Amino acid sequence: MLRVDVAKQLGEFSLQAAFTSEGRVTGLFGASGAGKTSLIGMIAGLLRPDRGVISIDGEVLDDTSMRVHVPPHRRRIGYVFQDARLFPHLSVAQNLDYGRRMNRLAEDPAQRTRVTDLLDIGSLLDRRPGQLSGGERQRVALGRALLSKPRLLLLDEPLGSLDEGRKVEILPYLVRLRDEASIPMVYVSHDAAELRQVATQIVMLRNGRVTAFGGVKVFRARSRPPDRSNPERSSIAARLRDVADGTLLIAPIAFATAAK
Amino acid sequence: MLDISPTEWTAILLSLRVAIIATLVATPFGIGLAWLLARRDFWGKSALDALVHLPLVLPPVVTGYLLLLTFGRRGLVGAWLADHLGIVFAFRWTGAALACGVMSFPLLVRPIRLSIEAIDRRLEQAAGTLGAAPWQVFTTVTLPLALPGVLAGMVLGFAKAIGEFGATITFVSNIPGETQTISSAIYSLIQTPDGDTAALRLVVISIVIAMGALIASEWLARRATKRLHGN
Repeated sequence: MLRVDVAKQLGEFSLQAAFTSEGRVTGLFGASGAGKTSLIGMIAGLLRPDRGVISIDGEVLDDTSMRVHVPPHRRRIGYVFQDARLFPHLSVAQNLDYGRRMNRLAEDPAQRTRVTDLLDIGSLLDRRPGQLSGGERQRVALGRALLSKPRLLLLDEPLGSLDEGRKVEILPYLVRLRDEASIPMVYVSHDAAELRQVATQIVMLRNGRVTAFGGVKVFRARSRPPDRSNPERSSIAARLRDVADGTLLIAPIAFATAAK
Repeated sequence: MLDISPTEWTAILLSLRVAIIATLVATPFGIGLAWLLARRDFWGKSALDALVHLPLVLPPVVTGYLLLLTFGRRGLVGAWLADHLGIVFAFRWTGAALACGVMSFPLLVRPIRLSIEAIDRRLEQAAGTLGAAPWQVFTTVTLPLALPGVLAGMVLGFAKAIGEFGATITFVSNIPGETQTISSAIYSLIQTPDGDTAALRLVVISIVIAMGALIASEWLARRATKRLHGN
């Protein structure tokens, strides 16, 4: 279980967010500038909160009142960046192996085969990142993070740098990853449709604050036709349809009801 | 013409030895300092930066004299080193290597620093999230990516070291077989009445060495860049 309760001032922008998640895939949803990347940066340990606590399965990673801050390399939290960030001087195989080597884990060929099969990157092993397409690069980045055997995987808009066609190419892999790998994930996106397919739980962020929290029904309610037999639900559905896709001008109360 | 005398050979070999040792010993310090200047903010950083560049702008005689004052037999550091570790720099080839190392240091540090500054720090962050401790990030990501800069710095440093004259002759004098490098040998030869031919021979040899170093560096840099960015 991931527990986050943090505050951080970044210039003019103040981020203050609290949530706990037990779902397999927690979708962190919000427009750009809502503080999503800063929030998972803190979970990864790349950013230090001004105040607050971050813990995972009861193990404290950050606790400002106790002056605890576990550095990123000791957190065992994988991070898939929007721009892949593969090491350009290493081959795909060496990139995939990097986390295992740094953590001094024993070789695990079976796991490696599983991951390369799952992501369909077995044929790319000898190549350099410079010779890969955007979609291939992102799949290798996913594999690299998975093979470092993290206890939590953070995905920061993993499809963000890809065009529509490529997104459709990667999405099935992410769904497979959710269903076949037993690693909990935090999936950051500003795309409701994407999260609807991948996430099991949603945290909504707006201007640095959590505005809603609940199951993915939050999104499903929006796409469903109004239920005539239930005036209350239909009015919510109508309200939900009224807000433009992807915006966050939705009162948390509407979600509380819709998620029931 | 190319009938090289034993004294000249000695000077050539000594020059090569002095320049190679100076470069090899200075490189780790250069990398450390370049990293510090590129990546850390600390009190006195600009002063340190200025100090590193000082040999570039000071008259070489001044640097040589300062070395003599510090590392000479009766110098502050020199006396201590001689008494405790048995290391003597004054009027030895090791002193020539020290002088060359100090004089070439700014040229060695600069390209390394620039190449470290050019590395995408987000790659180092990514390495951290994969479990690499800071020193592992340095050895597996920063250093390999800075390699072209390190090579460029080493070649520049070597070129400077092999041509060094002023600081070396001030610090360790011009003793054939011990501290007489190609440069100081040429200097002695042009002052002797019939040394012209011998001086010219050494001039040709220095040109050959310099060209060789430049070609080698070009080749190495191209190979390193290729290695970095895929075949």
